[in-house]
Amino acid sequence: MSVVTRGFTGHRRDEARLPPGQYLERGFPVLQAGPTPPVKTATWTFTITTETGATTRWDWKQFTALPVEDITTDIHCVTQWSKLGTHWRGVSLDTLLDGIETNAAYAMARSYGGYTTNLPLPDLRDGKAWVAYEYDGKPLPPEHGGPARLLVPHLYFWKSAKWVTGLDLMTQDKRGFWEQLGYHDYGDPWREQRYQGD
Amino acid sequence: MARAAVSGRLTWLVATVRETKDETATARTLLLDVPGWPGHLAGQHVTAKLTAADGYSAQRSYSIASASAPDYLELTVQRVADGEVSSYLTEIAAPGDQFELRGPIGGWFAWPPADPRPLLLLAGGSGIVPLMSMIRTHEAVKSRTSVQLIYSARTPDDVIYADELSQRARVSPLIVVSYLYTRLTRWRKTPARVTPDAEVNAAAKHGGLFSRHPAPPAEPGAAPGPPPVRGYAGRLSADVLAKTAFPPELNPAVYACGPSGFVEAAAELLVAAGYPPDVIKTERFGPN
Repeated sequence: MSVVTRGFTGHRRDEARLPPGQYLERGFPVLQAGPTPPVKTATWTFTITTETGATTRWDWKQFTALPVEDITTDIHCVTQWSKLGTHWRGVSLDTLLDGIETNAAYAMARSYGGYTTNLPLPDLRDGKAWVAYEYDGKPLPPEHGGPARLLVPHLYFWKSAKWVTGLDLMTQDKRGFWEQLGYHDYGDPWREQRYQGD
Repeated sequence: MARAAVSGRLTWLVATVRETKDETATARTLLLDVPGWPGHLAGQHVTAKLTAADGYSAQRSYSIASASAPDYLELTVQRVADGEVSSYLTEIAAPGDQFELRGPIGGWFAWPPADPRPLLLLAGGSGIVPLMSMIRTHEAVKSRTSVQLIYSARTPDDVIYADELSQRARVSPLIVVSYLYTRLTRWRKTPARVTPDAEVNAAAKHGGLFSRHPAPPAEPGAAPGPPPVRGYAGRLSADVLAKTAFPPELNPAVYACGPSGFVEAAAELLVAAGYPPDVIKTERFGPN
């Protein structure tokens, strides 16, 4: 049972689109654990490694030649802000995973700078996830994960790894950077899965 | 016992306001009794949840300002324009009022007191709060590590914990504080607040480097150290960093906290100056 806070009334501008415990943010906050790594498209690669060690790799030219999708979606950060109707452009993970043979149930996203985050592989399929390289009609800025970041908007935004450079497909789940520090393994904002045990 | 990482389920605890303390015109510290609070690592934060009489609730994250203690913590909250929770906490909350919180959260932007490396802290605005927890923890555990704080604020009136920072820098030979004032032009037009830092304010008015406290009389043969409180006009730059920060060769642990623009600029300057990216831990707040 919640304690009532005397004199607190709140602003009540939550919309039905806001998950529990979230508030509406009009700017675009930046969250990251360290400096923004310099990533050049000239040397950028994206690699999918299966559980057998087989790799599939794209360089920037090959990657940006893949079919592109426009995505309009709400995003939800575990630090309580949500941003509605954001516009992205990127390559669907369905396109990237197409033809890759795997029995993996999980994936570890890996980023330039060393960041990692784990997700169930089904959450990356069926039109639910992208590698995005444009935001609001412009190249994705470095502080928001450019040149390319993972975009998995149905989970808290730390799962949408910035500066992504690959996916390791895994038969068993392993914890990524924030997950090892106590954040939830799955991170569904609608079930408010912020920390382990939520 | 402080925990490096969140472990097990984080339960909501009831926080009761013991006392409030105004730090600046827009920042207030809340001294909170929190039965069941396990303690924390300096740099960690909590989620606060406020619930209205009809059940509506709102959550926000706040850094912990105090050193670790059981059943007690302090939050310093900066009021943001139209802030739903920060307005309540800085304007309405009074002794005896209650809300819920859970934590400690965030095992990354945290200083383990056993870390022997020099501690280089860069604060922008209310980004000082988790760094103040580190400075207080440094004292609480009697760490022998050297600490340099570079604190960027708009004007001297916007400096949170000004008196305590001056005092700590004066008393401890291990702590050096450098202030950067980014809005001196505007500040010049208004009378300076009369504080124990009046000399700092006066010197800042003229811009550039000044030092307030001459080094204490050195023991015979002792090398003169840097003055414990210094001030600069303007924003953080490569030049100021070179004058105020442990050089990369000393392998400091670096923590930068503040608005996104400040942290982005600070991290960029640090990397350019040769600090390895993996020793720089950042925490940002607010939209860019």
